[in-house]
Amino acid sequence: MAVNQLSETQQKVGPPLWLLAELTYDCPLHCPYCSNPTELGDKKHELSTKQWLKVLTEARAMGAVQLGFSGGEPLLRKDLEIMVKHGRELGFYTNLITSGIGLTEKRIAKLKKAGLDHIQISFQGADPEVNDAIAGRGNAYQQKFKMAQAVKAQGYPMVLNFVISKQNINQMADILRLSCELEADYVELATAQYYGWAYHNRDHLLPSQEELVEAERIVNEFRQQQQGKGPQFIFVTPDYYEERPKTCMNGWGSTFLTVTPDGSALPCHSAKMLPLKFPNVKDKSIDDIWRKDFSFDYFRGDSWMPQPCQSCDEKEKDFGGCRCQAFMLTGDMHKTDPVCSKSPDHHLIEQAITNAKTPSAPLIMRVNDPQEIARIKL
Amino acid sequence: MSEQTMIPILNSMFRFQYEPAQNCHVLLFPEGMVKLNDSASEIIKLIDGNSSVEQIVKLLAAKFPEAGDLTDDVAGFLITAVEKKWVHYGS
Ligand code: SF4
Ligand code: SF4
Repeated sequence: MAVNQLSETQQKVGPPLWLLAELTYDCPLHCPYCSNPTELGDKKHELSTKQWLKVLTEARAMGAVQLGFSGGEPLLRKDLEIMVKHGRELGFYTNLITSGIGLTEKRIAKLKKAGLDHIQISFQGADPEVNDAIAGRGNAYQQKFKMAQAVKAQGYPMVLNFVISKQNINQMADILRLSCELEADYVELATAQYYGWAYHNRDHLLPSQEELVEAERIVNEFRQQQQGKGPQFIFVTPDYYEERPKTCMNGWGSTFLTVTPDGSALPCHSAKMLPLKFPNVKDKSIDDIWRKDFSFDYFRGDSWMPQPCQSCDEKEKDFGGCRCQAFMLTGDMHKTDPVCSKSPDHHLIEQAITNAKTPSAPLIMRVNDPQEIARIKL
Repeated sequence: MSEQTMIPILNSMFRFQYEPAQNCHVLLFPEGMVKLNDSASEIIKLIDGNSSVEQIVKLLAAKFPEAGDLTDDVAGFLITAVEKKWVHYGS
């Protein structure tokens, strides 16, 4: 291939519609389900304000329209307001994805003034006891509760995100009530995805099929009583119990662009684990990264697919599933996602479900400094 | 109050804007986007929180005289828009 020539898939690619700006991996919480990488890198390599503003400008020029500020805890960046303001002025819909820790009424107002469109707050449980045990921090629940009220009082659309695991799945009815009390607009009830810290803790987190069926039943029943009023609930089961894998990020390099705290550009927030060399926004423009970088083109289309995906009539639907999951479970990122019942590695998923019934290793809470690995029995 | 005099209001959850890269108008909301066709966006453009359904129909007729009577089209769109919670009615 000549240097300037674009591959067939590169020529066809549309703009990245979603830009996820992971501003910092620092976080005041210690959730064992955290999907951040377990090696968080050095804080001094974090992008500067100026570098972030350039990323926003370039992504918007390509047609990106949703902008998420996340982390870690994005509120730890003092320049968050500057970035929100810039993003909003460019025409992005700006989303703040926060634990709620570090939020104050004053900061909510400042962010509003900067043009922030929406705030998403994560909860770990429906009461202080469960919530704070999972978050690994006292008074976290109370703070989240107060800030959720303040977010609504200041007129924002609000999404609540409950990461569902064994530890809180039996609280489903209370979670639904809490969401109504806080007047959330959307509520994500998503079982943890097993990346990063969550992968290490999978046996402790993964609910049983019976627990999931019961939780989903409670949600469906509640929905029927809502009659179109109150929050919209979105229930996401772990793909471990499905016959087919999830469509990873709507297709590799097709919609999502994540930029990590140190400037690595990724097609998905957990892709850093893969044995691919990803570009950095410090060295290349977003346009070059999206349209021309080898790593972003690597899993586009279907020519990379092995069997059984290659000759499968569902390959347009799920693109062979999640590359990170294939890599984590089989050691080969090209393989069919083991979640698929057609995968020769599907027994790995069945094994994981069995292991989750009797976890053997201790639960590890997320830490920012690898020296202080905390072990807490929930 | 008849349906024609009701005043549709765009829900604050949604932001309406033109997206050059999509070559169309869109509604943006938390972590999502819907692309709108031309007639939907022409109607939403006129939903300003002051104009009634009747007035919106009139304004459209003035803008697109060749289109004929648009009462039913506007009503049809508004039913969908209320269902999807894009729009609610002021009192
Ligand atoms: S999952 Fe928990 S620890 Fe991880 S970034 Fe989110 S709030 Fe922080
Ligand atoms: S074989 Fe591959 S393409 Fe077919 S359903 Fe399974 S993961 Fe999807």
